[in-house]
Amino acid sequence: MAGIVRYGSYVPYFRLQRTTMGAGRGERAVASYDEDSASLAVEAAREAFPAGEQHAIDTLIFATTSPPYAEKLNAATIQAALDLPESIRSVELGASTRMGVAALSLGCDVTAAGGRALVCAGDVVIGAPGGAREAGSGDAGVAFLLGPDAEAIAQVVGRASATVELLDTWRRPEDPFAKQWEERFGAEVLAPVLDATARRALRSAGIEPGQLDSVILDAANPRATAALPRAFNLQPTQLADPLADRVGRAGCAHAGLQLARALDRATPGQRILVASVADGVDVMVLQVTERIAEHRPKHRVDDWIASKRNDLPYNTYLKWRGILPFEPPRRPDPDRPAAPPMRRSERWKMAFVGSRCTVCGTGHLPPQRVCVHCMAVDKMQPEPYSAQHGQVATYTLDYLAYSLQPPVVLAVVDFAIGGRFTCELTDVEPKDVAIGNEVEMSFRRLYTGMGVHNYFWKARPRR
Amino acid sequence: MSSNGIRDRVAIVGMGCTAFAEHWDKGVPDLLVEAAEEAYASAGVDREQVDAYWLGTLGSGISGLVLSEALKTPYKPVTRLENMCATGSEALRNAAYAVASGAYDLVMAIGVEKLKDSGYSGLVGQPIPGDGTEPTMSAPAMFSLLAPAYAKKYGVDEGQLKDVLARIAWKNHVNGAKNPKAQFRAEVPIDKIKASPKVAGMLGIFDCSGVSDGAAAAILCRAEDAHRYTDRPIFIKALAFAAGPAEGYLSSSYDFTSFTEVVRSCEDAYRQAGVRNPREEISMAEVHDCFTPTELVLMEDMGFSPRGQAWKDVLDGRFDLDGPQPVNPDGGLKSFGHPIGASGLRMMYEMWLQLRGEAGPRQIKNPTLGLTHNLGGAPGRCVSFVSIVGC
Repeated sequence: MAGIVRYGSYVPYFRLQRTTMGAGRGERAVASYDEDSASLAVEAAREAFPAGEQHAIDTLIFATTSPPYAEKLNAATIQAALDLPESIRSVELGASTRMGVAALSLGCDVTAAGGRALVCAGDVVIGAPGGAREAGSGDAGVAFLLGPDAEAIAQVVGRASATVELLDTWRRPEDPFAKQWEERFGAEVLAPVLDATARRALRSAGIEPGQLDSVILDAANPRATAALPRAFNLQPTQLADPLADRVGRAGCAHAGLQLARALDRATPGQRILVASVADGVDVMVLQVTERIAEHRPKHRVDDWIASKRNDLPYNTYLKWRGILPFEPPRRPDPDRPAAPPMRRSERWKMAFVGSRCTVCGTGHLPPQRVCVHCMAVDKMQPEPYSAQHGQVATYTLDYLAYSLQPPVVLAVVDFAIGGRFTCELTDVEPKDVAIGNEVEMSFRRLYTGMGVHNYFWKARPRR
Repeated sequence: MSSNGIRDRVAIVGMGCTAFAEHWDKGVPDLLVEAAEEAYASAGVDREQVDAYWLGTLGSGISGLVLSEALKTPYKPVTRLENMCATGSEALRNAAYAVASGAYDLVMAIGVEKLKDSGYSGLVGQPIPGDGTEPTMSAPAMFSLLAPAYAKKYGVDEGQLKDVLARIAWKNHVNGAKNPKAQFRAEVPIDKIKASPKVAGMLGIFDCSGVSDGAAAAILCRAEDAHRYTDRPIFIKALAFAAGPAEGYLSSSYDFTSFTEVVRSCEDAYRQAGVRNPREEISMAEVHDCFTPTELVLMEDMGFSPRGQAWKDVLDGRFDLDGPQPVNPDGGLKSFGHPIGASGLRMMYEMWLQLRGEAGPRQIKNPTLGLTHNLGGAPGRCVSFVSIVGC
C-alpha cells in the first residue's frame, strides 16, 4: 500500500478565550485577519516535504470547507506558494469536514499507483455568534506527504469508508453560518455507521481495538463518536486528546491535526486509528515505522499550540471574520491586484523567489534583471527566500496605513543569505519589535480588493 | 558626458503663488488662473507673449489641456509632467532648459495640486495595475525610519532626538506664522508639537507636513533679456536631479541616515554653481521638510552640517530665520502643506521674494545664493531635485 512519508502542521498564533464569548473554558485557535484556509494549508505543507524536493510531488490534494474562492482553484494557490511544479495533478475537496481524512485516503490510492501525493487541509471555521460552533471550533492547517511504504514513517494498514445522506450539519454557499439538526438524531444515525466502519477498517488491518495506541475520533456532530470508546472497550489512555480546550475543532484539518500530534509523539510500531464522521465515515489505521524519528517536522503541533497570543478581544475576532461591521479607515479601498502582473511575477509573489546575480553574488528581492551592485544585465538566477530567515534592520509602527490589526508593523529585513526586503511583520506584538529581531517568512492573504484575494509573504518573529 | 548646467544663462522674471489652503471654493482652473495671472503681472507680460508652458501636477489633471483650457492660452505648447514630490521643480527645470536651448524666448513653469477634493485626509496615490506585492506604507511611516537610525548611529538618545525634531517643526511654524500665503499661520508651542498624536514610529501629527491645495508659477527668459521684464530678475545658477536605482531599498548596506539621491544631486548642483562650501556660501534654503526627520537628514546630505552634527545645529538655531543659514524661511511644507505639483515652485517663490528684498517680516539680510530642494519617494528609493539661484 502506501504511507505517510512526511507531515507538517500549523496552528495560527492567535487564540480567543471562550470566557470572552461567554462560552465556558479554554480557548480556540483563530486564524489572523491575513490568513485563510489556503494559507493555513501552505504553512503546514512547508514542513511536509524536504526542502528543494518539490519536483518529486505529482499530486496535490486540498480539503477545506472554507474555500477562499468558490470558483478558482485554491489548490493552485497552494501549488504556487509551495513552488510545486506546474506539471502536477491537483484536486480540491470540500463540502464536508470529513474531506480531510477522505483526502488522505484518496492520496493513498494515488500513491499506491506509484506517485507521490501532498495532501493538505486547512479550515477557518466560523460559527454564528453565541453558538456552540463558534466557541467549539478552531482554525488550523495540516499536511501529509504520501509515498511508498518503504519510505513511510507511518504505513496505512487498514481503511474503510461509508457514506450517509443525512441532514445533520449543513450550509448553503450563500450562508455565512452552518446549521445543525438536533444533535441526538444525527448521532443516532451516525454512531452505528462509525462503529461498523471502524470494525471493517480494523479487520482489514488485522488489528484488535486493544492493540491501538492512539484513537482519533473526529466528528462534525460531537455526539456521534460518544459511544465508540465503550463499544470498543478502549482505555482513556488510548484516546487522543481532541485539543478542545486549546485549538477547537478545526474543520477538515482537525482529524489530521490530531494525527500529526499522534505522530509527533509516536514510537515505532505504534498503531493509530483515525476516524472522521460527517455525512458518513472515513477510517484509517496506521502503523508507525522506524523512520519516524528522522522525519518529524521542525514544528510539532504542541510547539504551535504553545506559541500564541490569547488576549484577542471578541469584537476584534468578529471584525476579522467579517461578522461585525466597523468604521473603515479614511483611505481608498484597496485596489485588486491585476492578473497579468500576478502571472508574470508568480514565483516572486506566490513562492517568494528572488534573484541572485551570478556575477557578483548580490541577492535581490524582488528579483531584478539588472544587478543593483554590479549592473550586470540578465545574469540572475532564481533564489528562493521563503525558507530563509533574516534580521530586522529597522522598523516602524504605522498608525495610518489600513489594517484590521493596527498599527501596521513595517520592517526592513536583511536576510542571512544576503538581500533586503521591506515588508509587514505579522503575528507580532508591536512593543516587542526591536532592531536585530530574528524573523522568518509566512504566506499570507494581505487583503482582498474588489473581490480578489491578494496573497503575498510577510515576515513574523520566529515561532 | 557631464552635467554642464546653465549657470547664469536663464532668469526668472516673474512669479505668482496662490495662498496654500483647503480651498473648498476653488478648483484646479481657479488655482491655475490665480497663480498664472500673478506671474504675468509680475513680469508685465500677457498670455500671448509666453511661448510655451510646462505644467506640473501629480494627479490633478491629465495633459496640457488642464492648463490651456483654464488659461485660454492661444494654441501654445503645454507640457504636462510629473516626477513625484519634485513635480513642480521639474516643470521649472524643463522650462529653463527650453529657454537655454534657444527654442523659446519666454516660457512659464506652473504647478498645481488639488488634494482636498479626494475625501481622504492624506495623500492618495493613483493605483497602477500591479501584482500586489509592493509594501503598503504610509508616507510618514517610510520617513519615520530615519529617526531611530539617526539616533542609533550618532548616539543621540531618542528623547533628545524628539526635542530636535520638535525644534524643526517649531521653527517652520514660526516662519509660517509670518507668511500670509501659508496654510498654517500660527506658532505652535514645542510641548504641543511633542505631545501630538502618533502617526508612525516617533512621528506625531506635528512632525508631518499639512495637506493643502495650491498653485505657483514662474516666467523665465534668457538672462540677457531679463531686464526687459523686471529690474530685479533672479538667475539660475544650477539645476540638478537624481533618480535613484533603489539601492537603499535593495541593499543591506543602506542605513537610513542619508538620501544618496540628495547627496548626488547636491554635488552636481554645487559643481554647476561653483559652490565649494555650502555651509558658508548658501544664504538660505527651501528644503523638502515633508517630515521633521527628513529636514534633519537633509542638512547633512546638503553639506550644511557635518555628518552627525545637524541635530546640534538645529538646537543651536543655525537654521532659524535669524540664524546664520535660514532653512525654510517661508514656513516650509510644514506651514504650507504639500500640494505636490505646486510645492517646488512655491519654494522658488520664496527665493524670488527674498532675493528681491520683498519678503517683509521674513526678509533675510542680503542673501546671495538660495537653494531649493524636493524629494519624492522614500528613503532608499527616491528622486531628488536641487536648484541654486542668486541675483
